[in-house]
Amino acid sequence: MMSMRGVTKRIRAIKFALLSPDEIRKMSQTKVITADTYDEDGFPYDLGLMDSHLGVIEPGLRCKTCGGKVDECPGHFGHIDLAMPVIHVGYVKELKKLLQATCRKCGRLLLTREQAADYMKEMENVEELGGDATEVQFVTRESAKEATKRQRCPWCGEEQKKITLDKPTTFREEGHKLTPKEVRERLEKVPNDDLRVLGIEPDVARPEWMILTALLVPPVTVRPSITLESGDRSEDDLTHKLVDVLRINQRLRENRDAGAPQLIVEDLWELLQYHVTTYFDNQTSGIPPARHRSGRPLKTLVQRLKGKEGRFRSNLSGKRVNFSARTVISPDPLLSINEVGVPVEAARELTVPIHVQNYNIDMVKEWIKRGPIAASKTGDYIAGVNYVIRADGRRIRVTDKNADAVAETVEIGFIVERQLVDGDVVLFNRQPSLHRMSMMAHEVRVMPNKTFRFNLAVCPPYNADFDGDEMNLHVLQSEEARAEAKILMRVQEHILSPRFGGPVIGGIHDHITAAFLLTHKDARFNKVETTFILSRLGMSGLPKPKIKEGDLEFWTGKQIFSLVLPKDLNLSFKSSIASKGVTNPKELREEDSLVIIRNGQLITGTIDENAVGAFKGKIVDKLARDYGSEMAKKFIDKVTRLLIGAIMVKGFTTGIDDEDIPEEAKKQIVDQLKVAAEKVKQLVEAYKAGELEQMPGRSLEETLEVEAMKVLSRAREQSGEIAGKHLGMTNSAVIMARSGARGSMLNLSQMAGCIGQQAVRGERLSRGYWNRTLPHFRKGDLGAEAKGFVKSSYKSGLYPTEYFFHSMGGREGLVDTAVRTSRSGYMQRRLINALEDLKVKEDHTVRNTADTVIQFKFGEDGVDPSRSIQGDAVDIDDVLQDVLGEEPSWKERMTFKEMTSYGLTEKDMVVEMEEEEAEEEEEPAGEE
Amino acid sequence: MARQATIDALRKRGITKKSAELLADAGFTLETLEKVKVDRLKKFVSAKEADRLVKRISPGKPEPAKKSARAAKRPRAGAPEAPAKEEAEEETPTIPEKIAKPTALEQAILEAMHEVGRIIPMKVVRELAKKLGDLKVSKKNLKDIISRIADRYETHMIDPNESAGILSAQSIGEPGTQMTMRTFHYAGVAEMNVTLGLPRLIEIVDARRVPSTPIMELYLRRVAGEKEAAHAQGRTRAITIAREIETTHLEDVADIEVDMVNMQVVVKPDDHRMKVRGMEPKDLEEKLKKVQQMAAPKKTEGGPEKETSPLVIETGEPSFKKLHKLVEQVRQLKIKGIDGISRAVVQERGDQWVIFTEGSNLAEILEHPEIDPTQTMTNSIQEIYEVLGVEAARNSIIKEASETLREQGLTVDIRHIMLVADMMTNDGDVKAIGRHGISGRKSSVLARAAFEITAHHLLMAAITGEVDALDGVAENVIVGQPVTLGTGAVNLVYRPQGEKGS
Repeated sequence: MMSMRGVTKRIRAIKFALLSPDEIRKMSQTKVITADTYDEDGFPYDLGLMDSHLGVIEPGLRCKTCGGKVDECPGHFGHIDLAMPVIHVGYVKELKKLLQATCRKCGRLLLTREQAADYMKEMENVEELGGDATEVQFVTRESAKEATKRQRCPWCGEEQKKITLDKPTTFREEGHKLTPKEVRERLEKVPNDDLRVLGIEPDVARPEWMILTALLVPPVTVRPSITLESGDRSEDDLTHKLVDVLRINQRLRENRDAGAPQLIVEDLWELLQYHVTTYFDNQTSGIPPARHRSGRPLKTLVQRLKGKEGRFRSNLSGKRVNFSARTVISPDPLLSINEVGVPVEAARELTVPIHVQNYNIDMVKEWIKRGPIAASKTGDYIAGVNYVIRADGRRIRVTDKNADAVAETVEIGFIVERQLVDGDVVLFNRQPSLHRMSMMAHEVRVMPNKTFRFNLAVCPPYNADFDGDEMNLHVLQSEEARAEAKILMRVQEHILSPRFGGPVIGGIHDHITAAFLLTHKDARFNKVETTFILSRLGMSGLPKPKIKEGDLEFWTGKQIFSLVLPKDLNLSFKSSIASKGVTNPKELREEDSLVIIRNGQLITGTIDENAVGAFKGKIVDKLARDYGSEMAKKFIDKVTRLLIGAIMVKGFTTGIDDEDIPEEAKKQIVDQLKVAAEKVKQLVEAYKAGELEQMPGRSLEETLEVEAMKVLSRAREQSGEIAGKHLGMTNSAVIMARSGARGSMLNLSQMAGCIGQQAVRGERLSRGYWNRTLPHFRKGDLGAEAKGFVKSSYKSGLYPTEYFFHSMGGREGLVDTAVRTSRSGYMQRRLINALEDLKVKEDHTVRNTADTVIQFKFGEDGVDPSRSIQGDAVDIDDVLQDVLGEEPSWKERMTFKEMTSYGLTEKDMVVEMEEEEAEEEEEPAGEE
Repeated sequence: MARQATIDALRKRGITKKSAELLADAGFTLETLEKVKVDRLKKFVSAKEADRLVKRISPGKPEPAKKSARAAKRPRAGAPEAPAKEEAEEETPTIPEKIAKPTALEQAILEAMHEVGRIIPMKVVRELAKKLGDLKVSKKNLKDIISRIADRYETHMIDPNESAGILSAQSIGEPGTQMTMRTFHYAGVAEMNVTLGLPRLIEIVDARRVPSTPIMELYLRRVAGEKEAAHAQGRTRAITIAREIETTHLEDVADIEVDMVNMQVVVKPDDHRMKVRGMEPKDLEEKLKKVQQMAAPKKTEGGPEKETSPLVIETGEPSFKKLHKLVEQVRQLKIKGIDGISRAVVQERGDQWVIFTEGSNLAEILEHPEIDPTQTMTNSIQEIYEVLGVEAARNSIIKEASETLREQGLTVDIRHIMLVADMMTNDGDVKAIGRHGISGRKSSVLARAAFEITAHHLLMAAITGEVDALDGVAENVIVGQPVTLGTGAVNLVYRPQGEKGS
């Protein structure tokens, strides 16, 4: 193994072929005759299914073929000579095709020489034109069809009879049964050239090999028996099946040799066929699956390979690994976004292999001497060594006792498995791994307690929360892997998502609330508060206070926030708290929702989700793009610490009383809802009287439903508006909703005002009882309440009927989510499977493995979406600013553009600029 | 594909479509046909036709240059040197100019670009021209701008060996979990339901033959010279057309009754419904007369409703089976409209009237004289493929998928969707993402086996002696070696210092 290091060997190709009986016998180490496995002493019988020529599964024993022990011997094949040939189930369709397409007498393909040549030519053509296996199959299917149609052999003139297949394995020729033996004899006659026309490659697969005369017995390592606690042996399903085959095979041979009646022989023959069939595939349609004694169907060959739990998807495409850990996650706002807190217990188990070299041998020896549970003098964790791997590949476990002795034996060329230390690069992952940001590289911080911890800003890419989520961690084991992870997989390299070219890492929940509290309007902080907040940044010294009132010094929140911004940052955008549709700068100013950052100073505007939030944060986006990932990482680290500090100073809470609204507002809402219910009643009456105006293309009933839905949803909106009027920006719940921290105004109005119409499949509720939803209503009642309108609010509580309706709507939501996850999961699997092989070549073309060009330039312009500017290839404005920055005409345009991008007009702009000037004059005055 | 090439080639030589197809199905290609004897051909086609065939195909006649079957599929591009006579037979369609001519400013930018010797995409050039607008920019500055843009453009390029496919698949698949399952009302048209969200996205990547809610958007052909007046009239015009294209079955406008005693079917037209659909009783009679094997409908005088007299159709012979059949036939009788379009609603959009239809039939709608074909839209990708070709289908996939995602409030870079669309349409027809489409046709046995229907792929690979070249991702993962993407695509050879190269 050691000598393999650095040598890259590759399997170039794998060829598939059918095993001939000769080959089976050749590769077989032993013939298997006895149906028994172990004798009384627990040793395998010779010529039995567990013959020790077939490999070893018990520690201590040696393989009789290769002499290897468990793990050394890969296992060897054996074979069973079948008394009578049987059909391979996997090939019945092919066999039918072959029988139909070839002459029953001379075995030639039922096509003229010209026809055959034509088909061959076409196949070559298809291949030449880059056709894949499926397309070639279309041609062969065509040729087989053509040959089947022919009634008389063009070679010997023999009249052909009709071949039918009795599923699963019986062939009939005009009712007369064809035994596998007869089938085999016929197929032996088919010449090689004729097979090629049918798409069979005779060099690797003669058709008669599809009729088995010898059955390959897989090595015991493939079907190990397990010893139960009671000492009983439990055999593998394959072994069970092989026992069945052997038994029947034996009986068949005896009966045949003894000259038993044809009927008995045939019955046994069919039974053998059944057992061999189920040995291959126990889900063959048309026959009952073979069962275990307990009634559980046996898992035979095909079942082992197939499906999600099968060999391919479960063991070959993905594997269980060492050097990994999984535990519950919890937040730690003091960690950097690219760190992960690893519990000491995990760090002790997880190791990094270190190659002992000249430069580190002394250090390594020191490590080993510490033993496997090393602690510093202060009792803190330090890394020990778990294993030492000698140059010959032997592993030595380091214990407290042997630590010193082992340390002395260490030489250059050894590998030492060192426990984790701070700064080791590990991969961190949360399922479902839907995108590449689900697995990122973090740096280790070994910590006490038993959870993995990371910065909250990294929750969005992992889609993690802390309600019990668990995550996985993998320790990289090679220098190449570490280099790759460090360069490509680190968290800061993934701030910008390749999905849409915006940030996926940024502030969440309390960060946003805190940003609002810190920067909204003229929030100010006294010396103690400011010192506390800034201490979180590890800053020493205070900036100059903006406001002085007598002896008291105050710092503005905007001033404090500006401390984490780069000094040359210029940015302006609209806050997320801006009311919908407000474009006037004056109004924006009034609610402080126009963010303007000049030279790293936040001049106006409230910092919220649009500034630092995940997915939306404009500042994060700008920094990651223009200042590099390292800078963006530092910014997020700093800003989250700062904001947590700020919210700790300010304090923040929300409760049920946040949804309190005055009595008259409640009354207004009730009145409003009454009016709406009345309107619906009128609609229903109009409908019943046949006076409702029908919508084009809708029935009367549908028209009524649409109209009623309209009225009721409007009513809900209005009640929300009324409630909203009484919930101002001082309300905690409103702050969260407007700043984008959590919740929405809809949630609030449902709590304070009215919940609104419940719907299933987008329609008002209608099912349950005959012509009504619940027995509380009259049959045929189409009014608001009877069809699922909930007029109560969450705060006031729901009436029993409303509660029932609400659960109906809620249930739909649950079902929807359940269905959606499985459906979208499958869609993604298919997408990945279809596109996984595509890559961008050096010439910018996107090609698949067959080197077919899929795109001449990725996305038509060759731009990486994660580097694009919201999808655009180049930020032209920025370039123009760089080049034309000083030109007066451009300057004018720029300010104008800036304003217009928030929907401002030229007229507003003049006001805006005047204001800005006025402010600047005022400010120094206030400072003094 | 080869078959299609043969058919095309034969048809070029003036052979009827029927026999061309026959011959191609029999496995002939052009070359084999040249050598073949008349007697053999007679097995497949009539003697006369065979003679003609041999004459026409006989070697010597110049064969249009074609390198691949694909080129032959598009005769326009494939055979420029074909004899003029053949050209004349087919009306040469003019290829519409797809690329708008560059404006003066764009031209100036392009020229400057050439002088600088850098390349920036046309889209960026257009954008730049728009941004510069009437700004006065010196030549020097312009060149500076261009080279700076080119610098940035180059740094924004995707890296070689990037696994663009996986990136795109994840980018489209990941937001899938955030999408809704429900169908919603179509934006702006309360009357129409359309599949949206995840089901629609799945439908698109499945390349389903018919979408679950096929919808068309039709605009009226603009009438030259009319303006204000046209708008008011537009509505009536649109409604007339909508009525005209809407499929109407007899049972939609009339009550159909079975008279068991007299073994006849009585059709009672409903005046109101007839009027809504814009029909006259006269039209009905006309249509009914055309029903095959049907005795001419008789008018009976003075039915219970006096407005329109019921029509009676007799079976001719007393057979209940026949009567039953007749009733069904009469009920489903299409009296007007375009097949597949079950409903048409008129809406105003901007200054134009738009007809939204439930159901889709692009081929026939495009031939409607009053509908503007350039603005006609359908959400049936398969139909677009059949009528307008792959390129159109590809654009349609991009449009439908990105609109579905946008409607859900999810931003996905259009480049990802383009890649999926290009993959689906790569070899000339629309292939599904999945085992019946792209995944089932992968060149690697192991990759196919790992995806779905494992046993079948392995068994077939054995008898055809398939070789897995281990180029792709899945198969390399299976055998346990580095994949050929990203860092696995390159090799680094390190020669320690001091070691002499051999």
